[in-house]
Amino acid sequence: MNATRASRAEVCVVACAEAWRGDGATLASPMGLIPTLGARLARLTFAPDLLLTDGEAYLVDEDGQVEGWLPYAKVFTMLAAGRRHVMMGASQIDRYGNQNISCIGDWRRPKAQLLGVRGAPGNTVNHPVSYWVPRHSPRVFTPHVDMVCGVGYDRGDPGPCELRVVVTNLAVLDFATPERVMRLRSVHPGVEVADVLAATGFPLAVPDPVPVTRTPTAAEISLIRTRLDPGGAREREL
Amino acid sequence: MTPDEIVAELRDGMTIGIGGWGSRRKPMALVRAILRSPLKDLTIVSYAGPDVGLLVASGQARRVVTGFASLDSIPLEPNFRRARQDGTVELTELDEGMLHWGLLAAAHRLPFLPIRAGLGSGVLEVNPELRTVRSPYADNEELVAMPALRLDAALVHMNQTDTAGNGQYLGPDPYFDDLFCLAAERAYVSCERIVPRLEGPPQTMLLNRAMVHGVTQTPNGAHFTSCVPDYGRDEAFQKRYAAAAADPAEWKRFRAEYLETDEAGYQRAVR
Repeated sequence: MNATRASRAEVCVVACAEAWRGDGATLASPMGLIPTLGARLARLTFAPDLLLTDGEAYLVDEDGQVEGWLPYAKVFTMLAAGRRHVMMGASQIDRYGNQNISCIGDWRRPKAQLLGVRGAPGNTVNHPVSYWVPRHSPRVFTPHVDMVCGVGYDRGDPGPCELRVVVTNLAVLDFATPERVMRLRSVHPGVEVADVLAATGFPLAVPDPVPVTRTPTAAEISLIRTRLDPGGAREREL
Repeated sequence: MTPDEIVAELRDGMTIGIGGWGSRRKPMALVRAILRSPLKDLTIVSYAGPDVGLLVASGQARRVVTGFASLDSIPLEPNFRRARQDGTVELTELDEGMLHWGLLAAAHRLPFLPIRAGLGSGVLEVNPELRTVRSPYADNEELVAMPALRLDAALVHMNQTDTAGNGQYLGPDPYFDDLFCLAAERAYVSCERIVPRLEGPPQTMLLNRAMVHGVTQTPNGAHFTSCVPDYGRDEAFQKRYAAAAADPAEWKRFRAEYLETDEAGYQRAVR
């Protein structure tokens, strides 16, 4: 690994971290390793007020030291209070941001049963939500999802609270368009716009020019490599 | 009581709530007792883990009410997954918060509780019986009217209870075990040990004897799910369970080795 040049996984960690910028004292709930590293990096750097959990029932600081208690019932209350920003996965996501983690195929008898809706319906209508897709492909970025778990912008009132960003292995996307359809916000260094369009199963709004996702600073690279993920597990999530 | 005596109080067609979460502090000894019984046509309400997987695999759960089915360290519950794909189980799929609200409504003897979760999602499409309600106040907000999830019986597992039925959890999360008990006509608690008197932080004394109708001491009774601090999840055994569930011949062997025996036999087999 180049000492000063970030790997793609490290670009993704920082892009995930950026999702929480400006959130203040908010419960960050990342699903997946790279979003987890992103949330911890954000807390260590530009978002020191973020609340992190150990994935069980404790609030922990950046070193894993307990600073509070947050069993599931209290997570649900924080969620309903809007004091949370989750980054979930998506087995399918459409151009309005409808997300599916429940099943593939006809819900009544699915081809593949996946996680179930989990908390996605409540998350999306109560607090900001972002998504992490480690393998950007037309199978994930589909014209229609088989089961709406996370609510998108075309599902009537009240709709989602805020779909912040979708971070993938290729790009960062958002919904900053007049019709709240998905837009290419930036491509990761070394990725062509055409690669993203080819990996997306619906038309994307594309700005001109397309920005490049910011590269991690030397300090961020050092934190990721020496403190947050010295074993390099992040490279295996892409 | 013994697990078998508790299960003898259950009836075909009942709606049974099971406490814990995923593969954490599940009343597995009671689930195993159901597996040994002729009970059938059950509706299981659960933050689902291997409890639901086993009852679906045995064909005793006709319907599952849940928001997910997971083994935590193994994301997808393999028996639930297969049953859904084979069409052998019915599902009432709810947001996790809706399930909480349904238990809370039942515990409070309310017909429903309003909640924002579910609005705009497929949950309202796959459960056409769900209704919305409008706030009678100035905001006029439309909300999901989450119906009470009334239970005929609840099964939960505690670290310890006293002989009167007061129950204590010593791990980090109470989950929703108190609500399961209050939402149920009758609640049954298995525990690692029955002690003369509960001691320790008062906040850990989750269940009181007014919410509990029967107690049974089942050491290692949450196995293979976690019951910290008494023991963590048996990850090696859980892997064996998941691998067996993926292959009918293996599953037959797994059943013969671990499930077609009484609780003492199970505990000997998993030592």
